Amino acid sequence: MGAGEIVALLGPDGAGKTTLMRLVCGALQLQAGQIRLGGIDLRSQVEQARTHLGYLPQQFSLYPELTVLENLRFFAEVRGVPAGEWRPRALQILDFVGLGEFADRRAGALSGGMRQKLGLAAALVHRPKVLLLDEPTGGVDPVTRQNFWQLLIRLLEEAVGVLISTPYMDEAARAQRVVFLNHGRVLAEGSPHTLRQALAGRVLEVAASPLRKVGRIAAADPRVEDVQAMGDRFHLRVAAGSLAPTQRRLDRSLRQAGCAVSFVRAVEPTLEDVYVHLLQAEQPGRAASEVHD
Amino acid sequence: MTDTQPATRPFPVLQVIGLSKQFGEFTAVDDLNFEVSAGEVIGLLGPNGSGKTTTIRMLLGLLSPTRGTANLLGHDIRSEAETIRSKVGYMSQRFALYDELTAEENLRFYAGVYGMPEAGRIEEVLESIGLSSSASMRAGDLPTGWRQRLALGVAIVHRPVLVFLDEPTSGVDPIARRLFWNHIYDLADRGVTAMVTTHHMDEAEYCQRVGIMRRGRLLALDTPTGLKQTALRGEAWDIYAEPLLRGLQAVQAAPGVWRATLASDHLRAIAEPGLASAKLEASLNAEGLTGVRLSRVQPSLEDVFLALAGD
Repeated sequence: MGAGEIVALLGPDGAGKTTLMRLVCGALQLQAGQIRLGGIDLRSQVEQARTHLGYLPQQFSLYPELTVLENLRFFAEVRGVPAGEWRPRALQILDFVGLGEFADRRAGALSGGMRQKLGLAAALVHRPKVLLLDEPTGGVDPVTRQNFWQLLIRLLEEAVGVLISTPYMDEAARAQRVVFLNHGRVLAEGSPHTLRQALAGRVLEVAASPLRKVGRIAAADPRVEDVQAMGDRFHLRVAAGSLAPTQRRLDRSLRQAGCAVSFVRAVEPTLEDVYVHLLQAEQPGRAASEVHD
Repeated sequence: MTDTQPATRPFPVLQVIGLSKQFGEFTAVDDLNFEVSAGEVIGLLGPNGSGKTTTIRMLLGLLSPTRGTANLLGHDIRSEAETIRSKVGYMSQRFALYDELTAEENLRFYAGVYGMPEAGRIEEVLESIGLSSSASMRAGDLPTGWRQRLALGVAIVHRPVLVFLDEPTSGVDPIARRLFWNHIYDLADRGVTAMVTTHHMDEAEYCQRVGIMRRGRLLALDTPTGLKQTALRGEAWDIYAEPLLRGLQAVQAAPGVWRATLASDHLRAIAEPGLASAKLEASLNAEGLTGVRLSRVQPSLEDVFLALAGD
């Protein structure tokens, strides 16, 4: 990970996201391999390495009886911020996260979104080079999540590297680099753009009804590899190099079968399209075996 | 309504008429009006405090409305709450499975609670959620995606006509998620209506229609495609410009741009239709920004959501 980069660890529960975070923050010991933070080896110099690290775990503790500012003072002391420096730094970071006006409010009286911002401020108070965020937006609504991400992206100006874990594609798509994790292993990594390129020219979106019939006709097409029902439409993965003819053929066969076709169009692959493709390549037949159980 | 909808809708299973809830001075739900047909899969998106949960509690017959009403198959939620509760199912995010009991025993237990240990029903439910051959596994030993399906089974064991699902597929990979949704679509085919609340666009995209709520009001209700085509009104642009934060300020100040946000290595802007993009590109270049590139993109559901419910 470089300075000023946001990397998303994307994977389901049990993929190894939290374990990786706990290894990076030195809470768990590596059995093999190496982690270096700012060039410092984590295993041999764990204390020095940790000074570069800010960590916001899934469940973080604040002192509800202390004010916002008092909480930050506590975290600054724990992280070794010199006594003369904590206050200006705390006020600066509160302004940054948008809690400047709430410095004297009790932490227990904060809303969920504000509490999360205070957690972020606490993780940043000692100016770490690397920030670890373990599913920071679980249970957070999309507006709050958007605001939180606007803050993270602004951190890049200060050359902080951010490692964030999430089970959600829509969230991972905001990172500059995405690492797909599955069963403790990296399935693929790259920028959202690069990852999507793997399926460029292979995804069709179909809106037509009745849905069941459309799904059956699409699945029967010899060049269609995967059919994904999506509420009011379908995402189809087609064999490489067959986009345009498949598009025309499907449009025709749907109309001939009496379906009301709204559109059959080529679309940019989503991260979800890519992830499903990778999982299927890794575990052929998995979806089918689970359907029939 | 877009042309992706069938021309004739089946009869409404749920009719919501002027539904409102007041807590003291605070209006939690403000004059909701919509209909849901049998077998529809409806999503509800909204920030915390937008009234989603209060709405669902009223539809479950757990909270009485201040004004307006709703009826489920003709049963009024105000006067027939008991009947309503026998016809709805609910799968909470923190679903209550008994880990020590097997999948089948969990279903039997809940079937008993609902007072309908009908012959063959348990087997039928196991089949419909794809867990027939895992019936004797302890719920605690099932992988997350299977537990979610079992929780769905528990919510439908008493044959509800309407089932409420709260973030039903959080924390699973997309194959497990799509499998879950295929079971929902199967249920929908058999006339069961599903109403899903979620904070995640990944889930909302699976719904046939999505409602967006803010401050107790329903701002839009349409297919995901329809929302992107009509509810947004503006057009979506990806804009590359370095340095990013100066680019953001310049784009936000540009005429015709309604909203601009940071999207990792670029900016996402919603602009009025027919934005003079060449002019914007020239002005960004003139401000000394580098790597300037603008491209029209398809709006995402999140673009629509933030445009309607943001700020």
